[in-house]
Amino acid sequence: MTVAVASGKGGTGKTTVAVSLALSREEPALLLDCDVEEPNANLFLSPAIEDTLPVEMLVPEVDAARCTGCGACSRACRFHAIVSLGTEPLVFPELCHACGGCVLACPAGAIREVPLCIGVVERGRAGPLAFAQGRLDVGHAMAVPVIRALRSAVPPHGFTIIDAPPGTSCPVIASVHGADAVLLVTEPTPFGLNDLALAVGMVRALGLPFGVLINRSDIGDNAVRDYCAHEMIPLLMEIPEDRRVADAYSRGIPAIEAVPDLLPRFHELADRLSGLRAGRGAGVAG
Amino acid sequence: MKIAVTAKGEGLSAEVDERFGRAACFVLYDTETKMVRTIDNGQSVNAAQGAGIQAAETIARQGAECLITGHCGPKAFRTLSSAGIRVYNGAAGTVAQAIAALEQGSLAKASAADVDSHW
Repeated sequence: MTVAVASGKGGTGKTTVAVSLALSREEPALLLDCDVEEPNANLFLSPAIEDTLPVEMLVPEVDAARCTGCGACSRACRFHAIVSLGTEPLVFPELCHACGGCVLACPAGAIREVPLCIGVVERGRAGPLAFAQGRLDVGHAMAVPVIRALRSAVPPHGFTIIDAPPGTSCPVIASVHGADAVLLVTEPTPFGLNDLALAVGMVRALGLPFGVLINRSDIGDNAVRDYCAHEMIPLLMEIPEDRRVADAYSRGIPAIEAVPDLLPRFHELADRLSGLRAGRGAGVAG
Repeated sequence: MKIAVTAKGEGLSAEVDERFGRAACFVLYDTETKMVRTIDNGQSVNAAQGAGIQAAETIARQGAECLITGHCGPKAFRTLSSAGIRVYNGAAGTVAQAIAALEQGSLAKASAADVDSHW
């Protein structure tokens, strides 16, 4: 069972939920922190990192002696990562998506691909919990290759929980892709609702079973509940505002350790997520 | 000489847009023929990344030899330099005023980017 914890809006409690859900499992479990631009699950788990793998992507390198300055590479690149204005091309590796299009487009065979290290995958353990995270190096913008490297280096094992980055863009899609169920964490505010609706559009487009968790559920308004009811989206859990959770968070202590009453509720959450997976194809995903 | 000026609208009376990559328009002025033409930069304005590079490509393809703008970031400056386009920063007022300032020699030619990416 692989559960991806995602959200449209940032700061709704994805990591708090992902870490507590992982720690609530009695069977073997694995937490993958796919928020590679700012992985923070490690702050709550203090994992012992056992190995570190570099993540490379292939970027173009131009052989000036063979380049005719025709500009075919420049026209092939949608990301302006290689630019030729009748001269030897300029390469901007930080914009490159490593598609290899420029290499194919070059009629002179003047471009080859060379590896560029953009981050690392770190694997280890936090007690009985298997743990891995990706880290994108500062100054690089391409999160997706790091997320893909993380997911291929650490296949699902037991109950696998993926902590996704916020939003609905490529890094999120790379993180939730192939999950058995997606848990969308939101807050009951107009901002939470707006971004939840975007995230719902994303998971529906991907055809993934999903449900919603409302965090800090007794603040804000009722619009998220109304939206879920109207859209027939399963509301899997509500976590009320609790100063003990915030206080523990500020000291790097998981919610489930600070508030042990949450343990049976996270067991229920896992059961409901398993139910979503079982109901796949039967319209549960809406 | 063909001059490109970043502008918020069309023609010589438009206000200079101090951004380069995400400028609304480029007003192209030919000092010999006195011809004025405005080209839209909407494609770069809406680009997620690489707006400065794309804008530099746009004005290079229009044959500009010189750019007047407010500020120019590192990727744009590198691309403009490779195309042999001279960059004059710090322009203000209307496009006509900016061109007059260049012709009077009161704009300084930039030797490097004057702002960071995404300023």
